[in-house]
Amino acid sequence: MSLPPDFAAWFASKGWSPHPHQLALLEAEGDTLLIAPTGGGKTLAGFLPTLVALKSSYEDLRSDRSSERSGLHTLYVSPLKALTADIGRNLARPIAELGLPIRVEDRTGDTGQAQRQRQRTDPPHILLTTPESLALMLSYPEAPRIFGGLRRVILDELHALAESKRGDQLMLGLARLRSLSPGLTATGLSATVEDPAALARFMGGAEVLLADPGPDPDIGMLGTTAPAPWSGGNGHYSVPDVLDAVRGAQTTIIFINTRAQAELYFQRLWAVNDENLPIGIHHGSLAREQRQRVEAAMAAGELRAVVATGSLDLGIDWGSVDQVIQVGAPKNVKRLVQRIGRSNHRYNAPSKARIVPANRFEVIECVAALEAVRERDLDGEDRGPGPLDVLCQHILLTACAGPFDADALYAEVRRAGPYAGLCRADFDDCLEFCATGGYALRAYDRWKRLMLRDGLWTLRDPRAVRDLRMNIGTIVEAEMVKVRLRGRGGKPLGEVEEAFAATLVPGDTFLFGGRTVRYEGMRELTLEVSPNPHREPKIAVYGGLKLAMSTELSHRVLALLGDPDRWAALPENTRDWLALQAEVSRVPGPGVLLAETFPYQGRWHLAVYGFAGRNALQTLGLLLTKEMEAAGLGPLGFLATDYALLVWSVDPVLDVGPLLNRERLRHGLDAWLAGNTVMKRTFRNVAIVAGLIQRNNIGARRTGRQATFSSDILYDTLRKYDAGHLLLRITAQEAARGLVDFGRIEEMLDRSPVLDHRILDRVTPLGAPLMLEMGRVRIEGQGRLRLAEDEAAALMAEAGLA
Amino acid sequence: MDGYRFDWHGLRLEARASGALWWPEARWLLVADLHLGKSERMARRGGALLPPYEGLATLERLGAEITALDPAVVVSLGDGFDDDAASGGLDATVRAMLEDLARGRDWLWLAGNHDPLRAAASLPGRIAAEAAMGGVTARHEAGAGPDISGHFHPVVRLGGGRRRAFLIGAQHLILPAFGAYTGGLDANAPALARLAGGGLAVACLHRAVPVPLARMAG
Repeated sequence: MSLPPDFAAWFASKGWSPHPHQLALLEAEGDTLLIAPTGGGKTLAGFLPTLVALKSSYEDLRSDRSSERSGLHTLYVSPLKALTADIGRNLARPIAELGLPIRVEDRTGDTGQAQRQRQRTDPPHILLTTPESLALMLSYPEAPRIFGGLRRVILDELHALAESKRGDQLMLGLARLRSLSPGLTATGLSATVEDPAALARFMGGAEVLLADPGPDPDIGMLGTTAPAPWSGGNGHYSVPDVLDAVRGAQTTIIFINTRAQAELYFQRLWAVNDENLPIGIHHGSLAREQRQRVEAAMAAGELRAVVATGSLDLGIDWGSVDQVIQVGAPKNVKRLVQRIGRSNHRYNAPSKARIVPANRFEVIECVAALEAVRERDLDGEDRGPGPLDVLCQHILLTACAGPFDADALYAEVRRAGPYAGLCRADFDDCLEFCATGGYALRAYDRWKRLMLRDGLWTLRDPRAVRDLRMNIGTIVEAEMVKVRLRGRGGKPLGEVEEAFAATLVPGDTFLFGGRTVRYEGMRELTLEVSPNPHREPKIAVYGGLKLAMSTELSHRVLALLGDPDRWAALPENTRDWLALQAEVSRVPGPGVLLAETFPYQGRWHLAVYGFAGRNALQTLGLLLTKEMEAAGLGPLGFLATDYALLVWSVDPVLDVGPLLNRERLRHGLDAWLAGNTVMKRTFRNVAIVAGLIQRNNIGARRTGRQATFSSDILYDTLRKYDAGHLLLRITAQEAARGLVDFGRIEEMLDRSPVLDHRILDRVTPLGAPLMLEMGRVRIEGQGRLRLAEDEAAALMAEAGLA
Repeated sequence: MDGYRFDWHGLRLEARASGALWWPEARWLLVADLHLGKSERMARRGGALLPPYEGLATLERLGAEITALDPAVVVSLGDGFDDDAASGGLDATVRAMLEDLARGRDWLWLAGNHDPLRAAASLPGRIAAEAAMGGVTARHEAGAGPDISGHFHPVVRLGGGRRRAFLIGAQHLILPAFGAYTGGLDANAPALARLAGGGLAVACLHRAVPVPLARMAG
């Protein structure tokens, strides 16, 4: 297709000319992946072929040359609900101005019942939706009719979707759509990624269309008056300098890696914000209304800055943002580049970004990350093949739509990129799990979930459909507790993780939504707080997950460290620090795993500079201390950062080699996984996605005392009676990545043929900052239980009962 | 296992860390809410297919207590089965284990709200609505005190986790659920605070640990 004259005229009337990639996409035949920087008119590019096609088919229809029925023509899928609404508004303009008879509707979790019902019988021409809503629609018996005439699917922000199970679910949905409407074309829209071909394979194969990436960003370190401190992650030393930078720009987004740190930083900014510059805060724990208020204020240009977390990584473009500041090392080059793109959404204007390392190690990481950005060398973790828990959910939802043939479904699933290599045995295991639970020892003979009838798999009990649809989706949130102000009709503030709530006692203060609040008590599963502006807050530690430094970035850091000729890029005090380290010990570099044993304050310390990311090094810490316990070395605790592991003990580790033996570590991992809470959390997510347990809904928890029980019980039961069960296998696979991240320990061993273990008489320059880090893990056998006992004893004493 | 021994309305009792209650004088072992057959009931109703091992897990734990204490009488304080169909359709292994445990002793099934026990005639032991322990009544759901009951599946929050717990109030002694697949109701919930507020909870950790209970607000 080429651009029809009236479209060209419309562009001209706006004073625009179409971008080359917009025209290229219009001319493309077949599936395409468009990679364009933010502000490049990606979304319009995605819709242009639809608008042109619908217009011409409408004209054909009027002149009676076509019998093509109206109905759903284009499906647009985005990771964000808010984005679908925004797109709907943006499309309304060209549609109205070009006089196109096109109906556009959105369909998300917020869509009302009446509209949903109507969409099942009379779908619009263009439907805007999310992966979860698409999965739901595909589970309807009417799905073949709704999607039978579908011509195009637009997958927006595909780079973001491809990083999670939501993307895997969406690709399974796309494979289903291709079966329902064999002629459809898929168009993926993505920000800059490291490996476009891999993303094209993810969407089942597509031609890659690369837009002009635009000018290089104006990016560098933010100059600060004080040097970065030795340790810590909050970056507070930079507050005055960041405020200066905010003053010098129109609108700034200040990205901070965790919610708790964002709260603290926000508070510090306001403490010195004497001019009362309007500065807001935005993160995922805040109540939706509160977030929307900040977004609206941003859109209206009322804010000079917003302190944000990943919650603003995607979403609506704000043209007025002309500066991005990243506080704390970015941990991941690709994310840094995408965040930089949030500034200056005008195509062909360079983005301005500044980064602020939080400590000395991060200075090196930031320098390495900036080099990577300039060389356009992005990183990415290979997610491996499509996870099987998502496939289980897909099989059950397919059964909701109607009976299916196993061979046909297997063939269809393999057309989804992430499942292209799925073997039949794995598919059959998933089908077996869906049908019978897949238990080895005993079976539900009479109560199978899926039955084979006349060669087709069918739901035994149609009542199951409701439960299955309620459980759609692959995002499993940590159990959250709502927070609201105490008093009648107390204002809801947002939510915190239940695990954080459980650590609070009345009178504790913490930061939330930019203010200090006092915990008053729990009431009907809601945490009640009162404003308490005058007290120092207890540290806020909700919003758990910390991102680990990416593998590629850690390689770059090591390469920089190992080559003194390149140290010129580092600040002087960092160079001095490294030079001193080279004198008393050695500086880590590629191919060498440096370990140091030294005494400090009466304890022996072992530092392992693994550069494997904090999750992997934390796992290594747990495994090493277990080995040390067995060897009688008396480990007392450890601490893991992205760069190093520090263990302290009564006796010194004199030969770390055997402790780092791969087989021994692997063996220790298997044993350790048994009772570990990280594994239990991983299992819970897998069990929910696969449909073994339902998401907890708050209502049920309040009324039904035995309605829900902890998934830990299921985990323990399965491990005891059915250790080879599919869900335990999936859980173990996930443990290789994510929180346990054992794969990175292996990667660390692979890339380090030389182990240089030095026994020293005092703490080393590189080891010293580790001493100051937060997040020490104490080793104690029955730690949890002892904690509970102590707490109980204290309560008894207080009540005068002990 | 370290139990917690206490005197209550003239009875010398021991709250076991397993969640069972031991009355040494008469050699009675009381357990509440076994919920045998829970996974099967969920499957029957078209729900998820949970690992069908909770009967084994529950009876193995009960078996350990029976071996340790050799009770003359085992009392199930109601909801021994997840529903009436479950007591009828109990799987063969679990039934065999149950018969094994009941051999040589009396077994008393009190009716619960989940299982009126109409179909339980084939089970070893006797069926009753209540049982007398001195001046105390054993029943499923707390009524006129002093009584010993189950039904609520009480838990307390301790050390950042939810723990199954006995609640010892002035007139009501409430046992935690013994069954493997059971959730819990917080001891501070109004329904429980009414019965045992101001009393003592005994949490089931690696040993039985007493904790005071808040008085009911207002």
